[in-house]
Amino acid sequence: MNPFEYAPALESTAIVTIADRYKLFINGKFVAPRSGKYFPTLNPATGKQLSEIAEANAADVDLAVKAARAAYVKVWSKLSAAERGKYLFRIARILQERAREFAVLETLDNGKPIRESRDTDIPLVAAHFFYHAGWADKLKYAGVGDQPKPYGVVGQIIPWNFPMLMLAWKVAPALATGNTVVLKPAETTSLTALLFAEVCQQAGLPDGVVNIVTGAGTTGASLVNHPGIDKIAFTGSTDVGKLIATSIAGTKKAATLELGGKAANIIYDDAAIDEAVEGIVNGIFFNQGHVCCAGSRLLVQENIADEVLEKLKVRMSHIRLGDPLDKNTDIGAINSAAQLAKIKELSAAGEAEGAERWSAPCDLPAAGYWFAPTIFTGVSQTHRIAREEIFGPVLSVLTFRTPQEAIEKANNTPYGLSAGIWSEKGSKILWTASKLRAGVIWANTFNKFDPASPFGGYKESGWGREGGRHGLTAYLKAGN
Amino acid sequence: MATTPASRIDVLKTYKLFIGGAFPRSESGRVYAIKDFKGNHLANPSLASRKDLRDAVVAARGAFSGWSSATAYNRGQILYRMAEILEGRSEQLVAEIVALEGVTPRVASIQVQRGVDLLVWYAGWSDKIATLGGSTNSVSGPYYNFSTPEPIGVVAIFAAAKPSLLNLIAAIASVITSGNTAVVIASEKYPLSAITFSEIMATSDLPAGVVNVLTGSSSELAPWAASHMDIDAIDAGGLTPKQLKETQIAGAENLKRIRVSAELESPLRILNYMEIKTVWHPIGI
Repeated sequence: MNPFEYAPALESTAIVTIADRYKLFINGKFVAPRSGKYFPTLNPATGKQLSEIAEANAADVDLAVKAARAAYVKVWSKLSAAERGKYLFRIARILQERAREFAVLETLDNGKPIRESRDTDIPLVAAHFFYHAGWADKLKYAGVGDQPKPYGVVGQIIPWNFPMLMLAWKVAPALATGNTVVLKPAETTSLTALLFAEVCQQAGLPDGVVNIVTGAGTTGASLVNHPGIDKIAFTGSTDVGKLIATSIAGTKKAATLELGGKAANIIYDDAAIDEAVEGIVNGIFFNQGHVCCAGSRLLVQENIADEVLEKLKVRMSHIRLGDPLDKNTDIGAINSAAQLAKIKELSAAGEAEGAERWSAPCDLPAAGYWFAPTIFTGVSQTHRIAREEIFGPVLSVLTFRTPQEAIEKANNTPYGLSAGIWSEKGSKILWTASKLRAGVIWANTFNKFDPASPFGGYKESGWGREGGRHGLTAYLKAGN
Repeated sequence: MATTPASRIDVLKTYKLFIGGAFPRSESGRVYAIKDFKGNHLANPSLASRKDLRDAVVAARGAFSGWSSATAYNRGQILYRMAEILEGRSEQLVAEIVALEGVTPRVASIQVQRGVDLLVWYAGWSDKIATLGGSTNSVSGPYYNFSTPEPIGVVAIFAAAKPSLLNLIAAIASVITSGNTAVVIASEKYPLSAITFSEIMATSDLPAGVVNVLTGSSSELAPWAASHMDIDAIDAGGLTPKQLKETQIAGAENLKRIRVSAELESPLRILNYMEIKTVWHPIGI
C-alpha cells in the first residue's frame, strides 16, 4: 500500500434501520397505497435494492390532499402562530438529534458522500426548520402587508439530488406560513422523506399537516392537477417546470419553480488562482455535479487559461471517487442508471462536436453507477455541453479576453440560476455581479447555501425564491 | 377677401403608434374606428400587427441596458418630468376621457389629476424600492450576503380599461420606475389616452424605446406577446380570463412572469416586475 494512501474509513450503517417496504404517509399514519403497487429503491453505489416504496395513484393523492385540507381547516389555520412555530422548532431539534441517522440513510439512498450528507445536507435541513420556525409569528413583518394569508394546501415535488434538503426548503416555509403540505419525493430517493414522516410523528405534529405520497412523474402529475391544491412548489428540470406552468394555466394555483441551470464560473486573471481552482472543483464536482446551480461552464480569462487548467488537472487527480460511506470520499455514485446514461450521452456529444475530453485518472467501482470527474476544453458556445444541463461531474471550459466578453458569454443561456466570479478586485466583482442575469452570485466562493439567503433563478431557471424573507413570501398571499 | 367660415374647422389628430421614440402608423396599414360614448365617430387609431409588436419588443430590448443602468435618481426625475408634462396637457386628456368614457369633465379631470399624482408617487419609488425589496442576510458563516431587486427586462403591458388613463399610468410607472422597459398594448376600447400619453413620454426625456405603445386588438396581439421569447414578463391586467389562460400556456415556453396587478398604488406592484439577486462574498483578511 502506498504510504500516502488513506485507509478506508467507513461510516457505520448500524444507525439506520431500513424496512423491507414503505407505505404512504397520509393523515399522520402510514397507509398501504390504493394502487396496491410498490417499486424498488436502490443504493446507487452498489446497484442493490434497499427497499420497496409505495406508488401513489390518483386516489392516494386525493386522500392525501383531503387530509391536508381537513388539517388546514380544522387544526393548522386555527393554531396560534407562535404555537405553530413551536412545532417547527421541535422538528428542527429532532432532526439535529437524529442527524447522523439521516445522513447515513441519505448517502445509502442517494449515493452522495457521507462527508456531504453529514456536514452539508442534514445540518442545513435542521437550520432551515429552525430559521423558519422563528418566522411563524412574525409574518406581518415579511413585507407583504400586515395580514398576510397562507394559500391553504400546498403540493410540493422535490428532486433526488438533495432529497432531505429540498424537503426542508419546501416543508419548513410552507408550515411556518400556516399552509399544510402534500409532498412527493423523487422516486429514486424516498427514504429520508419517509423517515421525516416519523419525525413529524415524534414532534406530535397534528395529523394531516404533512402528507407524503411517493411515486414517479404520474404521481406528481396527479398532485399538480388536483383541484384541491392551492399552490405548487416544484424543484426539478426546466422541461417539467414548463409542463407544470402549462397545467396550472387558467387556475387559481400559484407556483414556485426552481429549475435547471448552466452556471458560468468566471475566473479573471487577477483572481487568486489556487483558491479559484478549489472553487472550480467545488462548483462542478460537489454532489457529483448533481446540482442545479453547479458551475458547469468555466469561463477563464485567456491569458491564464493554461495555468488554471494545469492546476485544475492536478487538483482533479487528487479527487477521491468511491464508496460514498467512506469519510474520505469526495465523489460518490451517480444517482441512477438513467442519469448516468444522460451524462454519458452528453459527454459523447461533447467529443463528437469537437471538444477535447480529459477525465481524472481513477478506478470506477464495478457495481453501481459511476462517472469520473471530467473536463472538456475547446468548447464553443454552440456545443450541447455548453448549452444543456448535464447534471453530472462534467465541466465545459470556455475562454474570454475582456470582462464584457465574459458577461456576454455568461448570459448567453436561457437559464439564469447562478454564477461565480473570481477576482481580487472588489469593483470588478460588483460590476460583474450587477451585469450577470442570475439569481445567485457567488464571488470568490461557490455553492454556499443558507436558510437566510434567497435562492432561485432568472429566466428559464424558474419562478420565485426559496429561503430568506423572499422565499417566505412565496407561501403568503399579500393582505392588509 | 375670402369670407370667414361661420365656425373654425378643427384640426384633428392622427392617432398613431409609439415605437422606439417615433410615431409610426401600423406597418400593416390597418386602422380601426372608435366611437365616442354617444356613438359618433371619434378617431381611426392604428390596428397594430404582429410585426409592430415585434418592432416594439426590439425597441424595448434595445433600451433596456441603458434604462436599467441609469441611476435610480435619474429615472425618478424622468418619471417626475412625465408628471409635469401631463399636468400641462390635462385639457386634451380630459376631453378624450369625456368623449370615450362618457364621464363628466369634472370626473375626467379628477382622473387626470390622480394620474399626475400617481406618476409623482412612482417617481419617488425609483431609488427606494431596493431598500424595501432587498435585504442583507445573516448567513451562518464568514460571508457578506445581500439580496437586491433588479428589473426583469422587457414587460408587455395589457392595459386595463376604465379608468383608462389611471390604469395605463399605474401599469407603465410601476414597470419602468425600477428600470424595466415596456411594450404597452392600450385598452382596445379606450386607446386615446394611451396615445396622448405617448406624446407626453416623448417629450419628458424618457429615452426612446423605454415605453412603446400599440393600439389594436388585445385578442390578436396577446398570443404573439405570450409566445415572444424576448418578452420576460406580462402585466395581464387588461386580458379576459380566457386570454389570460391562453397567455399563461403560451408564456410557459420561456417561463414568463405573468401578473395581474389590481392595485393602482402599491410597492408590491413594482416588485412584481423585479427579480431578486443574491450575492455572496467571503469576509476575511
